[in-house]
Amino acid sequence: MARVLVGVKRVIDYAVKIRVKPDKSGVVTEGVKHSMNPFDEIAVEEAVKMKEKKLAAEVVAVSCGPSQAQETLRTALAMGADRAIHVEVSGAEYETLQPIHVSKILAKLAQDEKADIVILGKQAIDDDSNQTAQMVAGVLDWPQATYASKVEKKDGELHVTREIDGGLENIKVKLPAVLSADLRLNEPRYATLPNIMKAKKKPLKKVTAKDLGVDLAPRIQIISVEEPPVRQAGSIVGDVDTLVSKLKESGHV
Amino acid sequence: MRKATSNVLHSVTQRHWPLKIRTAKYSTPPLSKDTYKIKRGNFASLTDKDINVFEGIVGKTRMLTDVSDVEAYNVDWLHSVRGSSQCVLKPKTTEEVSAILKHCNERRLAVCPQGGNTGLAGGSNPVFDEVVISTSLMNKIISFDSLSGVLTCQAGCVLEQLESYLLEQGFLMPLDLGAKGSCQIGGNVSTNAGGLRLVRYGSLHGTVLGIEAVLANGEVINCLNKMKKDNTGYHLKHLFIGSEGTLGLVTQVAIHCPVSPKSLNVAFLGLDSYEKVLEALKSSKKDLGEILSSCELMDRTSIQAVEENLKLRVPIKDCPFYMLIETSGSNSDHDEEKLSQFLENALEKNIIVDGIQASEPSRIKQLFEVRERMAEALLLDGFLYTYDVSLKPQDFYSIVPTTREHLKNVPGVMRVTGFGHFGDGNIHLNITSKEYSKEIMNNIEPFVYEWTSKFGGSVSAEHGIGLKKTGAVHFCKPPQAIQLMHQIKNVMDPNGIMNPYKVLPAINSA
Ligand SMILES: Cc1cc2nc3c(=O)[nH]c(=O)nc-3n(C[C@H](O)[C@H](O)[C@H](O)COP(=O)(O)OP(=O)(O)OC[C@H]3O[C@@H](n4cnc5c(N)ncnc54)[C@H](O)[C@@H]3O)c2cc1C
Repeated sequence: MARVLVGVKRVIDYAVKIRVKPDKSGVVTEGVKHSMNPFDEIAVEEAVKMKEKKLAAEVVAVSCGPSQAQETLRTALAMGADRAIHVEVSGAEYETLQPIHVSKILAKLAQDEKADIVILGKQAIDDDSNQTAQMVAGVLDWPQATYASKVEKKDGELHVTREIDGGLENIKVKLPAVLSADLRLNEPRYATLPNIMKAKKKPLKKVTAKDLGVDLAPRIQIISVEEPPVRQAGSIVGDVDTLVSKLKESGHV
Repeated sequence: MRKATSNVLHSVTQRHWPLKIRTAKYSTPPLSKDTYKIKRGNFASLTDKDINVFEGIVGKTRMLTDVSDVEAYNVDWLHSVRGSSQCVLKPKTTEEVSAILKHCNERRLAVCPQGGNTGLAGGSNPVFDEVVISTSLMNKIISFDSLSGVLTCQAGCVLEQLESYLLEQGFLMPLDLGAKGSCQIGGNVSTNAGGLRLVRYGSLHGTVLGIEAVLANGEVINCLNKMKKDNTGYHLKHLFIGSEGTLGLVTQVAIHCPVSPKSLNVAFLGLDSYEKVLEALKSSKKDLGEILSSCELMDRTSIQAVEENLKLRVPIKDCPFYMLIETSGSNSDHDEEKLSQFLENALEKNIIVDGIQASEPSRIKQLFEVRERMAEALLLDGFLYTYDVSLKPQDFYSIVPTTREHLKNVPGVMRVTGFGHFGDGNIHLNITSKEYSKEIMNNIEPFVYEWTSKFGGSVSAEHGIGLKKTGAVHFCKPPQAIQLMHQIKNVMDPNGIMNPYKVLPAINSA
């Protein structure tokens, strides 16, 4: 039976208002609530479901990041992953960590752990890169099924429904393969208290990128991070005639 | 991009906050005067002359006289009462309110003050042709002092609007309720609304520091004190808090707001018996003490309504009881540790069988949504008979099975459920049916009131008396107290024009 590797990223919670640091070097993360990237929750859920359906034997969760990434891994364990690997990346290195680095790390771990399926979220809601799954497949030279909204295992192959522009696409991939989870793939479960207690006893291993032989040298330099432009206030006009003349004035009609 | 993604998440989880939606499936309720057999008081009827005077005060655009425009003001949120007002006025200032009331008083035209129209006791709608004075356009925030935490605003500010304004400044409204997207601070004050945070911040009698109100004769009573302490004479503001528009129209409010907590944690728990619920209450008070800010109870039947009618997901396994516990404090490590300890103990001792804990705003919102949208979910059954009683913790839940048993053979009853502000001993008993049934009603009342008063409870813990419960006041107040209420009413509103037929039993014959 297959072993599934899932990637989970710790991101600023989506209900938090994002603030840019005064020096424009990034966004404020200190004292800000974080949670698991929502698409990664979907990835974990899918992996756990595979295990429940006896399509997978083991689910291994991986997170790259500072020590708090372990909280995210504990959540994945409470959701049903069997063990976790924390790839410690912190400080300045974490600020310039990009999908290219993460995909190399994940590819190496997929090989080391003899994974048959890698499932990632289609994108992280902080940098919205949408590149990691594709690059993991590239590094490993495995088939990829991205934006999955349905996954079934038949005759040793995965039948995947993909969300594409204008509709759905059905494809088959041979194992080993890389998947990326789209929004409609499933509804992830919550980590319940009894399961959080149990998760405390599950193994969590710590490694560094160096251990895995991945070079984290920055490939980008952050020049400036800006707030989105503020929407201009509107004004209320008395009647249709004034509206039309105002629109004419501003050259809109 | 981030925003776009979260929008997707929002739409997929079907989150529509704030509460503003109204499905069209409800039928028009019968006229309240028929349902409650009320005789019209000795008031004048609206004439074109009055309309001209009103137009002179608020102008054409802030006066509604078209039947279809006025309709929404005649019917309540529950679709249970209906009046036949022909005129809605929307003043913007205290002076306009004063001019309107002065005219109405001289002409003996009855009026009905209305805020967000989310009241659950039928107090916010006319019974006959009362002129509706809507505070919706009195929505200016006047000042906020970040040192004292005192917010001063007009009565028509929507609670959620105040909440977001304060959040920006690092403060919080001392009250929170499911209707926050529509209800107004003037309505909250006039009903002395309780809600989800009362257990922590106390009632509006404590947090409201000052009130400006207009009496029936148009006189402006400025008691807009902003000091925490003020013992100069009778505490008149308290007369306006909870008097549901029968003593005057509240135009401005000064309210003391707490600093918003740096750390917020929520636990959603499943319990398998009421004894366990009592144990959980005891240990939450002991272990969480000063950081406990909400303690709500919901039964399985209430949860089912939310799951079935709103398709919301309840993230833990099916249990007879659920509790929602919120902590707020200034140090997240400290609070989380306390809460975790409490939860671990509760799990170990089998007080709770399942549960989840959240500190992420997105999760907290999802969990609260289950509780806050419960009334809306029940209303989607068709018709909702809702009772709001306070009882001692030991007796708190028994009213639900007792009522269920009592209604066992009454045709048409869909659900009998209970949920409420457990930490404050305030339960909402709810009965639903496809449509209004007189037989069901006659079986609930006065049964529920009698039962409550037998156990020393209050027949209206936070929703007020309004139109629907005037006949129940005597279960909780002796004749001498009711007499004194009448005398106060007569002094403040000698012509009885302010929200007649409400609050006091037979107010016009007194
Ligand atoms: C989903 C839902 C959840 C709720 N949860 C709670 C809860 O947890 N706790 C609670 O206590 N209540 C609750 N309520 C009841 C209701 O929302 C509150 O009583 C609320 O405070 C009413 O505010 P409003 O602006 O809608 O007032 P309205 O409904 O418009 O009016 C209520 C009463 O106050 C009078 N009034 C309104 N404005 C003024 C004014 N400026 N001057 C004088 N009189 C005025 C009206 O005449 C009427 O008698 C809930 C209601 C709903 C629909």
